[in-house]
Amino acid sequence: MTALLSLRAIAKTFDTGTHALGPIDLDVEEGAFVSIVGPSGCGKSTALRVIAGLLKPDSGAVAWPGSKPEIGFVFQEPTLMPWVKTLANVRLPLDLEGTPRAEADARAKTALARVGLAGFENAYPRELSGGMKMRVSIARAIAAAPKLLLMDEPFAALDELTRQALNDDLLTLWREDGMTVLFVTHSVYESTYLSERVVVMSPRPGRIAADIPLAPPQARDAGWRLTPQFASEAAKVSQALKEAMAA
Amino acid sequence: MNRTLRIAIPVALGIAVLLMWEALVAAFAVPRIVLPAPSDIGEAFVSDFGTLMAATFVTLRITLIAFVLAVLGGVALAILFAQSRLIETALYPYAVVLQVTPVVAIAPLLTIWIGYDNIEAVTLTLAWIVAFFPVLANTTLGLKSVDRNLIDLFRLYGASRWQILTRLQLPNALPFLLGGMKVSGGLALIGAVVAELAAGSGTSTGLAWILTLATRNLHMGTAFAALALLSALGIAIFFALSALEYWLLHRWHESALKVQT
Ligand SMILES: Nc1ncnc2c1ncn2[C@@H]1O[C@H](COP(=O)(O)OP(=O)(O)OP(=O)(O)O)[C@@H](O)[C@H]1O
Ligand SMILES: [Mg+2]
Repeated sequence: MTALLSLRAIAKTFDTGTHALGPIDLDVEEGAFVSIVGPSGCGKSTALRVIAGLLKPDSGAVAWPGSKPEIGFVFQEPTLMPWVKTLANVRLPLDLEGTPRAEADARAKTALARVGLAGFENAYPRELSGGMKMRVSIARAIAAAPKLLLMDEPFAALDELTRQALNDDLLTLWREDGMTVLFVTHSVYESTYLSERVVVMSPRPGRIAADIPLAPPQARDAGWRLTPQFASEAAKVSQALKEAMAA
Repeated sequence: MNRTLRIAIPVALGIAVLLMWEALVAAFAVPRIVLPAPSDIGEAFVSDFGTLMAATFVTLRITLIAFVLAVLGGVALAILFAQSRLIETALYPYAVVLQVTPVVAIAPLLTIWIGYDNIEAVTLTLAWIVAFFPVLANTTLGLKSVDRNLIDLFRLYGASRWQILTRLQLPNALPFLLGGMKVSGGLALIGAVVAELAAGSGTSTGLAWILTLATRNLHMGTAFAALALLSALGIAIFFALSALEYWLLHRWHESALKVQT
């Protein structure tokens, strides 16, 4: 497997003097589903913003061994534009990149259908529930067919049932598209459920405290959440997080 | 409460008050120069109809021109502020100075500069000054209060400044702008009236001038009719702007949702 991206000695200190991150080194393989867990304020969002190119690190560099891929970003909040309908929200990346309207509409519609929201093209965001808004946000992120999907605690504000449904849908999208996912979460169980690798970060300034490979997703089935193997993997992640916090 | 009642109740109250006013003025034989009865006002309204309508038209025209210029200028300057920190730092204090200086105090100065023979221009300038700031302040706030994550998203997809302005900042500022317009529509009218009163000469013949003349000559019926027309103008402006706000926002904005329920 080749690396899609490599972080080399990335560190960030904000103007306020907060040393938020690093230095960290991290390689992410193409097609991987990697979760990042760590205590609040340890620089997880900062790391994602650096990877997306939205924030310049003070030192180190983000290397893309291939060419820099199309990136999708999903935030904790749905972050939709309330003044346009669902379809136009999903179309945003395509509009900004200058895709012709007819093609953009078709692709946005497909993306909406893939997150289970076919038929909601003409709804305004305020007419949707929290879970549906998050689905729109995911549809927007996948509309431009990104090779790398960055997700910053996307389901943290949702109830447990909605969250589990979205977890499963996300895994399906990932399997179908073969994209690489970097997924930040506070939840040990969510990270264990979703990913094939969990990166544990230490408290601020965030460094990588543990890097835990998990059972490959091929070995999982619908009952994965209930297997003893899942429980033991989750315990491993939980233990590593505890040690990172204590160190 | 249904729609008919919501209109019928205040109208009925208004009629009742007018009838009582009429009765009390007659019962206590209040002199007309102290308080004219509604019938006197009505009579003056009919007999001075032409003058009153011409004056209303003058005041309305000044108010509307000042208002439109205030909206255009306020939005343009707000966009400039949102684009450049330097321009904002340099100009904002002066916009505040313009806002906090009482119009009545500037009126005589402007009258000298612009000229006694051109009081309408003076009135227009003064009305513009008072109407300008709410638009500027609100629009600036709206342009700047865009969700940071949305801006990041736009940047992620390589959006230009123009795209960020037109697709993100301006729509985000729209509810703020409309709120500012409601305030500044009323202020433009107040500005037009105050300026005409302060300038105090007959080359601008709006409602405020009619009011001045009528009170001077103790034509109280005419004065009250002019006053009623001013209120009517203010109410019309407010309702027109509220309707515009509803029309532009009701599909997507939270404020309009609350109105519906
Ligand atoms: N723009 C900024 N300016 C100054 N300090 C910032 C900025 N953004 C983040 N920080 C600080 O950097 C540190 C890391 O922030 P970051 O948002 O990356 O943490 P996080 O791991 O995502 O936390 P959480 O899990 O609560 O989302 C925090 O102490 C935060 O206060
Ligand atoms: Mg965060």
